[in-house]
Amino acid sequence: MRKKEIALFRVYVWERPVRIYHWLNALCIVVLCITGYLIGNPIVLQHGGNDASMLYFFGWIRFIHFAAAYVFLINFIVRIYWGFVGNQYSDWKNYFPYSKKHFQNMWDVLMVDILMIKKKDIETAGHNAVANFTYFLTFLAFLLSVVTGFGMYSAMSDNWFSSLFHWVIPFFGGDLILRMIHHVTMWFFVVFTIFHVYLVFYHDYVDGSGVLSSMAGGWKFVTKDKFLRKNQKKPEPAKK
Amino acid sequence: MADHKQLTLWEEMQNKGYSRRDFLKFCAWMGAFIGVESTGVASVVRAMETKKRPAVIWLHLQECTCCSESFIRSSHPIVADIILDNISLDYTETLQAAAGHQAEAAMKKSMKDNWGEYILLVEGSVPTGDDGVYCCIGGQTAEARLKEAAEGAKAVIAWGNCASNGCVQAANPNPTTATPIHKIISGKPLIKVPGCPPIGEVMAGIIVHILAFGTIPQLDGQGRPMAFYGRRVHDTCYRRPNYDAGLFVEEFDDENAKKGYCLYKVGCRGPVTYNACAVTKWNGGTSFPIQAGHGCLGCSEANFWDHGPFYQHLASFPGFGIETTADTIGLGLGVGAAVGIAAHAVITNIRKKDEINEHIETSAVPDRDQEGD
Repeated sequence: MRKKEIALFRVYVWERPVRIYHWLNALCIVVLCITGYLIGNPIVLQHGGNDASMLYFFGWIRFIHFAAAYVFLINFIVRIYWGFVGNQYSDWKNYFPYSKKHFQNMWDVLMVDILMIKKKDIETAGHNAVANFTYFLTFLAFLLSVVTGFGMYSAMSDNWFSSLFHWVIPFFGGDLILRMIHHVTMWFFVVFTIFHVYLVFYHDYVDGSGVLSSMAGGWKFVTKDKFLRKNQKKPEPAKK
Repeated sequence: MADHKQLTLWEEMQNKGYSRRDFLKFCAWMGAFIGVESTGVASVVRAMETKKRPAVIWLHLQECTCCSESFIRSSHPIVADIILDNISLDYTETLQAAAGHQAEAAMKKSMKDNWGEYILLVEGSVPTGDDGVYCCIGGQTAEARLKEAAEGAKAVIAWGNCASNGCVQAANPNPTTATPIHKIISGKPLIKVPGCPPIGEVMAGIIVHILAFGTIPQLDGQGRPMAFYGRRVHDTCYRRPNYDAGLFVEEFDDENAKKGYCLYKVGCRGPVTYNACAVTKWNGGTSFPIQAGHGCLGCSEANFWDHGPFYQHLASFPGFGIETTADTIGLGLGVGAAVGIAAHAVITNIRKKDEINEHIETSAVPDRDQEGD
């Protein structure tokens, strides 16, 4: 029944800080999107009856949003730092397509995985070039989100950190525009999450490299060829 | 007008029949407005006693005169009596007695006599389109007139949203290419006093500040006085506790509207608007829009006309139809993405069938002692 057996090598791709970053980031984005949406379009607690002094519902929503924003930002900074000290898969240079190899890989991913009109083995141990570039775009969205968010926050806070963002409101030309941009970034994350989660399932299903669980344990599975090829280029294998 | 220039404001007030008590009350009141601490009131008094009134030229460009109207309705009578009547307002189209060549001559003379010393107040935007034909005064375009007057000014105050941001004339499609004055003049201290109109007391307060301290007030990043534009209407609004509690008006005729809950959901621009409305209020502290049950329109913010509809919390998304918010578009994209991936998933099962089967076929047979990972 079986034609041949293929040996898979276990590669430690996502180091612990990367995994913690990923899940903390996911949690923050979920919390920020929910509370952010509620801030933009609050549910009405009740119709008459209660006195404002009895409640602080919306205050808490906003507090959670601001607190999560700080966690999100610090987490993001830690991840950028890890891009300089982490392993080859988390290296900051991966996120910019600069060589012919990257563009070739992007083209292959488009043909093989997205349009599915070509067959080719393009499995990569880390992210593929399209994924990397998408993450680069999400980093830009993070940045835009943080800058516009803290820009709005600076108007209501005397904190030294948020006061670093006093330039934002004049720069964008008013709070209303800032609110709009900030709101649009939320939808970027929503759409990104839909694609992101789908593609993880897709790759797990099609490639069988354990990508879905890789963000839990850090391990991915690649064929022997690929493992050796990778190790020839970079003398030290993935750090453990 | 020339003989008036020798008098100080205090002397002027005495001539008008105000008592010392009235004068001190006025100084304390103004001091409170411009945000000096109580010990600073003495310096306001001293300034009013000793300093000569500055010469003022008030230009009316492309505007509706609502700023002037607001100013002359400032709640304290002394503002109208002294600041406006007698502030050596050497030229202001709306209120001056002179007309035609006489008025032009008065303006030229005042500029010459007080070159480098006078304060230029500008109401209205500058239409720069089609060589400025849309607003010509005394044979000059608004732009030429403004540049000429600004040349010899000690400081320039942009009254209202027109002069500060362009306001309604600059709203899309801006047929006259209305331009705020900070884009026309440079190299002069410029104070923006946005609002449509600004609050009369705020206008008076800024003039008193310049008079009392000889400096322009502390400005924020957009050139507006911090004392009046440092906080959002939202932060000083008496309905704010309802916002924090989550008690919102949803329709103007609902129960919550009667109870005076927060107008955030019916488009109140208080959270994005910097002004003193909720503190100083209007018409001598009588009321302000939110107190009257209507949300803030954000009239002191740039481009507030283009950020409609006014009764919607989020402005409509540019490039799409009116009332299309970012939420509508975002939801559309989200649904599009979901449909796209569903289609992709179906096609995956068709096109990648062989590949997946191959994986299954080439997988190792698990031994008893090997835990699946």
